Amino acid sequence: MADITAPAYRIIPIIPALKPGAMEGKGPFVASDKINEAIGFPGQLVEDWHDRAIAKMGELLGKYRSLKVFMDACVHCGACSDKCHYFIGTQDPKNMPVARQDLMRSVYRRYFTLPGKVFPKLVGARDLTREVLDEWHNYFHQCSECRRCSVFCPYGIDTAEVTMAAREILDTVGYGQKYSNEIIGKVHKIGNNLGLPGPALKDTLEGLEEDVKEATGIDVRFPIDVKGAEVLLITPSADFFAEPHIDSLIGYAKVFHATGTSWTLSSMSSEAGNFGMFIGNYEQLRKIALRIRQAALELGVKRIVVGECGHAWRVAYSFWNTLSGVGEGADPNDQFAQMLQKQLDHRYRQPSHICEFTWDMIEQGALSFDREANDKHIITFHDSCNVARGSSMGGYPGGQFDIPRNIIKAVANNFVEMAPNTTREQTFCCGGGGGLLTDDLLDLRVKGALPRMEVLQQVADEHGVNFMATICAICKAQFTKVMPIYGFDRKMVGGVHQLVSNAIKLGDK
Amino acid sequence: MSNIEVNGKSYETDEEGYLVNLADWNTDVANYIAKTENVDMTDQHWEVINFLREYFEEYQIAPAVRVLTKAIGKKLGADKGNSEYLYGLFPYGPGKQACKIAGLPKPTGCV
Repeated sequence: MADITAPAYRIIPIIPALKPGAMEGKGPFVASDKINEAIGFPGQLVEDWHDRAIAKMGELLGKYRSLKVFMDACVHCGACSDKCHYFIGTQDPKNMPVARQDLMRSVYRRYFTLPGKVFPKLVGARDLTREVLDEWHNYFHQCSECRRCSVFCPYGIDTAEVTMAAREILDTVGYGQKYSNEIIGKVHKIGNNLGLPGPALKDTLEGLEEDVKEATGIDVRFPIDVKGAEVLLITPSADFFAEPHIDSLIGYAKVFHATGTSWTLSSMSSEAGNFGMFIGNYEQLRKIALRIRQAALELGVKRIVVGECGHAWRVAYSFWNTLSGVGEGADPNDQFAQMLQKQLDHRYRQPSHICEFTWDMIEQGALSFDREANDKHIITFHDSCNVARGSSMGGYPGGQFDIPRNIIKAVANNFVEMAPNTTREQTFCCGGGGGLLTDDLLDLRVKGALPRMEVLQQVADEHGVNFMATICAICKAQFTKVMPIYGFDRKMVGGVHQLVSNAIKLGDK
Repeated sequence: MSNIEVNGKSYETDEEGYLVNLADWNTDVANYIAKTENVDMTDQHWEVINFLREYFEEYQIAPAVRVLTKAIGKKLGADKGNSEYLYGLFPYGPGKQACKIAGLPKPTGCV
């Protein structure tokens, strides 16, 4: 992997010259028999893959009306073409969102429209051949489901949903991706993406209590499996394991400590992330979400708070209600969802984002900060795609943009925005989202980070920015890995609650 | 799946070169994997590898980066208990590269 280098910054950031075939290839590693069978998928590519794939496509078109509209509505206007970070970074025309979607749309036309059945060549319809299937595996794993292109689509076509459908079809025929499917298996078996068993988790948390005591002199607790706690914190397992993620976990614990909130983690449900969404599989999505409901019911908590994880917040904000009964709208016949509805305290938003929790406390005057503790940082904020375009915060449109920034400004003195066409709802993906944060896709990840790196370089040059805060475990891991390749220090990226942790006053020693 | 050949014996690895059977590990295999990773094994490297294996034996998972840095700091002195030191030894990242050489499974997820 030593030969992976960063593409040059563009002098004028416009549509790049095309390099047809630049990213042709086999795509990411295919999931093995063992990985696939553990989560109920066929072990390897089935013999009748063609018929099963078309049947699945028909099923999805019937089940999701949106997908059918997205297949029919595109007029190839090209508004999306230069909006994708992977197209900008790779210059491969098949990574224009319109072209990537057409890999599926052409097959749709052939099997599901009259003109495509009768005159396939005239309407650009293609048979689903093995080559086409391979192309799907390759290019639908060059989309991070970030939905930036959808912001610019005059028809509102949600490209991520097309990618999810393609991946769902690939899994149906036993041709899914190793990284995501292996992780899903670990959640079902152990409770988190890392495969971190309870005893290891407890050992790590005890170590953190010692560290914080040593650094501050205060006994800040990291409780786990505490029945009757008010708050259940569901956070990405990377927060227990990786740098800089763990510094935000320390930040959450300090906020709970300083506000006198009783809280707990769960060893059975120690993962906020939900890769079921990345592979477009509703059953996996639900099964993963139900672990959280089980933990909440067993522990008897009143509130569920979600840590710094981008896609987890989208799943929690948009889907937990019907999936599990956290929030309103659960099936009236779903006994456990109704039970959880009654148990949760509805004076608070259910679920809440940790940023909502912290900002509420700041507004109430329950927290105080030594902002100078962050003076070594000149900070900018990277909006994470699933938070920016798949959710909200604070109960008003745009709250998901304001609240993390409000927190940063409350705990630090130096804050600078990056270029406006790359932030808020127009934010660029870090380059590693949507199930692509794997070493076998590192070349793609480096290239996909290009547009974010360009504007970070701008604020670093003009304002001396030396810290980019974000609220997503994938963004943190991706930037830590790719930023050194662009000449930045890997420690330049960190969480919002890492900054909170630096500045929070914990009271008398 | 693929295989590596060390001292005339064949060992199964996954696509990325991680050992499939953890029991296959021995120091020769470790040295072989280190070479493929362009890591020159020194006593300092072995300190980390040995700690990883001991921790894994107890907890069935590699330690968090912070747990590892703390343990190394306690053993070798506070100046070495930081991630810079570990990145110096294992440039691709102490989490993954050191696990690979130690014959442990690759940490998965958002890490």
